[in-house]
Amino acid sequence: MAGKTLFDKIFDAHVVRQQDDGTALLYIDRHLVHEVTSPQAFEGLRLAHRKPWRVGAMLAVPDHNVPTTNRLRGIDDLVSREQVETLDRNCAEFGVQEFAMNDKRQGIVHVIGPEEGFTLPGTTIVCGDSHTSTHGAFGALAFGIGTSEVEHVMATQTLLQKRAKTMQIRVDGELGAGVTAKDVVLAIIGKIGTAGGTGYAVEFAGSAIESLSVEGRMSVCNMAIEGGARAGMVAVDEKTIEYFRGRPFAPQGALFEQAAAYWRTLKSDADAVFDKVVVLDAAAIEPQVSWGTSPEMVVPVTARVPDPVNEPDPVKADGMRKALVYMGLTANTPIEQIAIDKVFIGSCTNARIEDLRAAAAVVGAGKVAANVKLAMVVPGSGLVREQAEHEGLDKIFLNAGFEWREPGCSMCLAMNADRLEPGERCASTSNRNFEGRQGQGGRTHLVSPAMAAAAAIAGHFVDVRYI
Amino acid sequence: MQAFNTFTGIVAPLDRANVDTDAIIPKQYLKSIKRSGFGPNAFDDWRYLEPGEPGMDHSQRTPNPDFILNQAPYNQATILLARTNFGCGSSREHAVWALTDFGFKVVIAPSFADIFFNNSFKTGLLPIVLPEEIVSELFKDVAANTGYQLTVDLENQELKKPNGETIAFEVDSFRKHCLINGLDDIGLTLQHADDIHAYEAARRQSAPWLFLDQA
Ligand code: SF4
Repeated sequence: MAGKTLFDKIFDAHVVRQQDDGTALLYIDRHLVHEVTSPQAFEGLRLAHRKPWRVGAMLAVPDHNVPTTNRLRGIDDLVSREQVETLDRNCAEFGVQEFAMNDKRQGIVHVIGPEEGFTLPGTTIVCGDSHTSTHGAFGALAFGIGTSEVEHVMATQTLLQKRAKTMQIRVDGELGAGVTAKDVVLAIIGKIGTAGGTGYAVEFAGSAIESLSVEGRMSVCNMAIEGGARAGMVAVDEKTIEYFRGRPFAPQGALFEQAAAYWRTLKSDADAVFDKVVVLDAAAIEPQVSWGTSPEMVVPVTARVPDPVNEPDPVKADGMRKALVYMGLTANTPIEQIAIDKVFIGSCTNARIEDLRAAAAVVGAGKVAANVKLAMVVPGSGLVREQAEHEGLDKIFLNAGFEWREPGCSMCLAMNADRLEPGERCASTSNRNFEGRQGQGGRTHLVSPAMAAAAAIAGHFVDVRYI
Repeated sequence: MQAFNTFTGIVAPLDRANVDTDAIIPKQYLKSIKRSGFGPNAFDDWRYLEPGEPGMDHSQRTPNPDFILNQAPYNQATILLARTNFGCGSSREHAVWALTDFGFKVVIAPSFADIFFNNSFKTGLLPIVLPEEIVSELFKDVAANTGYQLTVDLENQELKKPNGETIAFEVDSFRKHCLINGLDDIGLTLQHADDIHAYEAARRQSAPWLFLDQA
């Protein structure tokens, strides 16, 4: 019999009950909660006179609606404020631990989960948020769910799940200098397409993935959902284990060693068979820039904006034409000639300390270009912000003309006051370039933190390898 | 959840691939803490000429005349016909709530994003996956016949065309059962509470570090 994949190992360890039709009742170890997708679930509990099954398995944080300036003043937008206050009230009523807006530990839900050691290897982790796939970087099975399922997990600590198909995406070889985890995952999505992973749990493997830091692996797994996969995962290694030593919610002492012994088993067996295997050559990956309105519309910075006349599939070609119009771009324009109006360094993809270090290293003593109206850095959490300030990164950004903000989702989805105006073009380290994502009519180009920093200084996209 | 019965409805064609949940319901409307009232803002950016914010009187905004759902009879449609990877992007169930609130009961597409697909069943919206060629045929049928209607028979898992032709579709048996009977799956799961307790007890032995909250 063939060995087991990492996905199968974790899935099997969480089956409470198997139904005849192949659906499993899956136990959920960790449930992260934020203000946007939870109010209707809490309300559902109340209406049915139910209580959370295991309140200690939950951790809540407001992140999508919080302001990134003048936090102590509270939230000006009344609708946003009500949503955040509703989360505070629900957590108080049901006894759920919450890092409220002015808690130093507050931050983007997918940044704080690992940071606190709430995320752990081998666990099942859910959140009413598609980028829950991020946590798979630690050898966990983590995926996003909708509000009805949020309520289901609250009430039962389980979910009804069908086993996903498995895909291995192997990136072999060594990444070139200046090529980061973000470029790897953008290149992967460019290759498999935004629906390429639909129905699959993806395991990222290969020497290039192994050589990434855990933060880099988080960036890769974060965007697994952009490739259509619900879950992305990476096998546990010593980097994973060391990451959790001393984290507040992680086990300590002898219990940590006991856990670590189990965590070391969390990798696919050598003879495991995947339903699909995709291989990329790390050395061939260049820094990436998305040009369109879907993350699969991505090219190397050295390329030109693609021309729909070269696309044989008529539905795709039509999508490309619509994207060019929305993005205000002409086919065949060199990417490096595209000028930008704003820069956003932040989001659960790229707002961890390593990302800020990478961006600051590129900024150096440079200044934000005159044509860039706003360049902002939004750390992923209060602790990331504190660490960055400790290292003096805030000074580098501020000296260059960046704004240094308080943590939250911010202009990744523009639910708070941070947004693009119609027609504005942004170099963004976030994960989605959908129409209107960063503000109605706004134009998003997805890039790595280093590429975003380089674009801020140059005023247009540049190849970070040659600056 | 309301039980899903056989019905006949108008099919609205939304001819683009990768329709994402940000397009189905833009983020500013996610600030609502309710589960209803999203219908007027389904496809908000495509549907109106001015930008929209929550709390506005949306009936006073200018509908975009080019957008299909603003055109009669498609403003009365209950079946949405779409292209590949419908519902990609965020996990927001608000996207499904917006579609059902608009009046849709069924979405037909060659493929759906996983989370959207799951969310649909929870809110009584039936996502039907059909092969690309059949979907393309349907787009042609709709283009050729204004007000084109299909009958959706979930019990027998088939769509019936006006000419009597039928198209079979697949649906997971458990989900079909829940839809047809309008069942709340939390209630169903809690029938297995003993199994969940037993699992937890065993897991607390094998992986005690996961139960620090109960130590
Ligand atoms: S940073 Fe962006 S992608 Fe991440 S959770 Fe927040 S809104 Fe979602």
